[in-house]
Amino acid sequence: MNSTIPTEELRSITLSVYRFDPGKDKKAYMQDIEIEVPVNKDLMVLDALVLAKKQETSLSFRRSCGEGVCGSDGMNINGKNGLACVTPLSEAIKGEKLVVKPMPGLPVVRDLIVDMKQFFDQLEKVKPYLITKDEAPEQERKQSPEEREKLDGLYECILCGCCSTACPSFWWNPDKFLGPAALLQSWRFIADSRDQATEERLDDLDDAFSLYRCHGIMNCVSVCPKGLNPTEAISNIRKKLINRKK
Amino acid sequence: MKVDEIIKAKNLPIKDFDGIIIGGGGSGMRTSLQLAESGLKTAVISKVFPTRSHTVSAQGGITCAIQSDDPEDDWRWHMFDTVKGSDYIGDQDAIEYMCSEGPKAIFELEHMGLPFSRTEEGRIYQRPFGGQSKDYGRGGQASRTCAAADRTGHSLLHTLYQANLKAGTDFLNEWFAIDLVLNSEKEVTGVIAFEIESGEIFYIRSRATVLATGGAGRIYASTTNALINSGDGIGMALRAGFPVQDIEMWQFHPTGIYGHGTLVTEGCRGEGGYLINNEGERFMERYAPNAKDLASRDVVARAMAKEILEGRGCGTNQDHIKLRLDHLGPEVVHKRLPGITELSKTFAHVDPAVEPIPVVPTCHYMMGGIPTNIHGQVITIKDGKDSLVNGLYAAGEVACVSVHGGNRLGGNSLLDLVVFGRAAGIYIEKSLKQGLSLQLSSEDDIDQALNRLNNLNSSKDGKETAELKKGMQQNMQNNFGVFRRGDLMEKGIEDLTNTRNAFENIYLSDKSAFFNTARIEALELQNLFEVAEATAITANERKESRGAHARDDFPERDDDNWLKHSIYFSSDKSVSKRDVNFRPNTVQAFQPEERKY
Repeated sequence: MNSTIPTEELRSITLSVYRFDPGKDKKAYMQDIEIEVPVNKDLMVLDALVLAKKQETSLSFRRSCGEGVCGSDGMNINGKNGLACVTPLSEAIKGEKLVVKPMPGLPVVRDLIVDMKQFFDQLEKVKPYLITKDEAPEQERKQSPEEREKLDGLYECILCGCCSTACPSFWWNPDKFLGPAALLQSWRFIADSRDQATEERLDDLDDAFSLYRCHGIMNCVSVCPKGLNPTEAISNIRKKLINRKK
Repeated sequence: MKVDEIIKAKNLPIKDFDGIIIGGGGSGMRTSLQLAESGLKTAVISKVFPTRSHTVSAQGGITCAIQSDDPEDDWRWHMFDTVKGSDYIGDQDAIEYMCSEGPKAIFELEHMGLPFSRTEEGRIYQRPFGGQSKDYGRGGQASRTCAAADRTGHSLLHTLYQANLKAGTDFLNEWFAIDLVLNSEKEVTGVIAFEIESGEIFYIRSRATVLATGGAGRIYASTTNALINSGDGIGMALRAGFPVQDIEMWQFHPTGIYGHGTLVTEGCRGEGGYLINNEGERFMERYAPNAKDLASRDVVARAMAKEILEGRGCGTNQDHIKLRLDHLGPEVVHKRLPGITELSKTFAHVDPAVEPIPVVPTCHYMMGGIPTNIHGQVITIKDGKDSLVNGLYAAGEVACVSVHGGNRLGGNSLLDLVVFGRAAGIYIEKSLKQGLSLQLSSEDDIDQALNRLNNLNSSKDGKETAELKKGMQQNMQNNFGVFRRGDLMEKGIEDLTNTRNAFENIYLSDKSAFFNTARIEALELQNLFEVAEATAITANERKESRGAHARDDFPERDDDNWLKHSIYFSSDKSVSKRDVNFRPNTVQAFQPEERKY
């Protein structure tokens, strides 16, 4: 469609953003950047960052889909983890100031970009893929709608990291506690009627740290941009572990 | 060696692989899976973590005659629909291959764990999509699109990532590929790429380089495409002297959310939703009496644009259309279309179970791309004849194996990714094991591929990325949209010609080495510019209306002159024609007919 850009009434807001470039900064600092946003249209935090980057081209952050499905732009927005592209300024902003920092608990690479290695290492430990022992049929493996429904609320995870980096247990033991995102994935496969590795998956989790470091704080639930419930998944695994010991 | 230096080939470190895949989306990861399982040393080079790739945004499904909804369904019917949808410039050997191999590829995905929605019989759920028919158009609407709710792309991409983890694929995540390295024979011997985080740069050498870089919808101001869709593979191929095919063919998806561009799946209309104008009229009944809202995307997008141009658009500015779903009831909307419910609430502030969604046709998909055969081998044209490029392959949206021709059917892009990603993998494995070898590239060859980066790093003044990008996107939006006209396109081309120099000499103010997204965006914009210019020049040359290419000044399809692919080389900005394949192996070719829905 042909489109014209109507002139908009603008207002000024302050973006206070975490800055760190390992090539030149000894330590991180907060920088205030003034941007102009429309009065009558609610932008997302990502739009505000893109506007800020026009002035400060060195400002770095990850982004891709811009609609909350790819999980690139998890960050800490006015104290709460969320995806910049689906967090409206009207919800995020306190007063006229928007404070944006990287997700906590992981090493900062630059500005709003964290090193996700620990997060993905933990994910890989739960063998996040379907394991089957029987030979595959010629067509699909059958699964009833009820069996498939058990995956709802699990398969939608976008690996943004908002949950694990909001979890104090993960902050303390990011190498030993698997964290909510990885454990949600573990349950996603245990819950799958097609998967045939429940016992080995449970064996892998049956130690003092991997799963049991979850203390039910539920930060993961309150920050998940997809509305998923890792705490429930963890408690489901816990029940399986306990039942099997009886 | 860091990416912020002026780099000479003689100092550049080398990494060696048997095969490299540039792009970690659906097609790239399907290729890499095939190669990883073969034991060859392969790597995926992806500028984002693979599950951030744009395949993730695909919603409605993957079309394939798996005979779940209809046990009598036939891949030949799917082939007929696809040929007709392409407005007869899809290659019939490739379409035949995709539709007949498709079921195998789908069942493999299911075996890998893709959480498809299910029927009561426990089979994969299929929904109706646009342009689908039974019995070669005679048997009414088909339901052929396999779905995982309305998150099929997400499910597919994550499943492929999981399968690659299991297979032990080597991922170079958050690495950016700058340009292809050629040798004296104009074969491709690898790519210059750097790790974004550290800025470490390498010549990544390989006997098989696969471009799986996806689309380039960001040439337009309004698009459903992710911010990363910058046509990197097209830019690399054109600069290396290889052509693009049918690049003027851009799909405008009927339903992008008004004001934002976010995709609303065709599956909404498949589940029974329909479009209304400001009189509340279900206007598609006038444009496509049989298929109505499930006519082909080009047909629906044009009808919507016409309604708006004729003053029947919705809203105070009468500039959009509404998509009704509320009559389906909250059960269907929330169960079958949960992602759409979420996106509508976020970006349009409406609950589709209660209120209609405001939508406009929005740039969505690049039907054209780098010409390949069904094995993913890249084709160039020498003395008017097809010639294979040794060492270079392409699959997915960046490629034009030509299954989509002038207009892609919904659900066919995901099928294209997995079928041809897989096919490329199978072929590459075979040829590598048979001992395929290439001549080495010289230091001069490598320096050539470093030019663009060195130029950017030594830039001292000029226009910066954001400013240049905006002008180009608005130009493409205004002059190369749903309806096109010679005089406007010429104006658009002139504007591109005048600004090429500025794009080639973008001023990079931040020259730092570590995770410098300004450098990435500049390199991406140069790729977008190549795509934009190729689109513009080719669109102006194709003097007819076909598929998504609708010209006010040439409103009819011209089979006498244009039942052809267009071929564009950027070196001399030439447009030529290439024959469409009408030689499928197992069925009679479908001959051009008038397209009615």
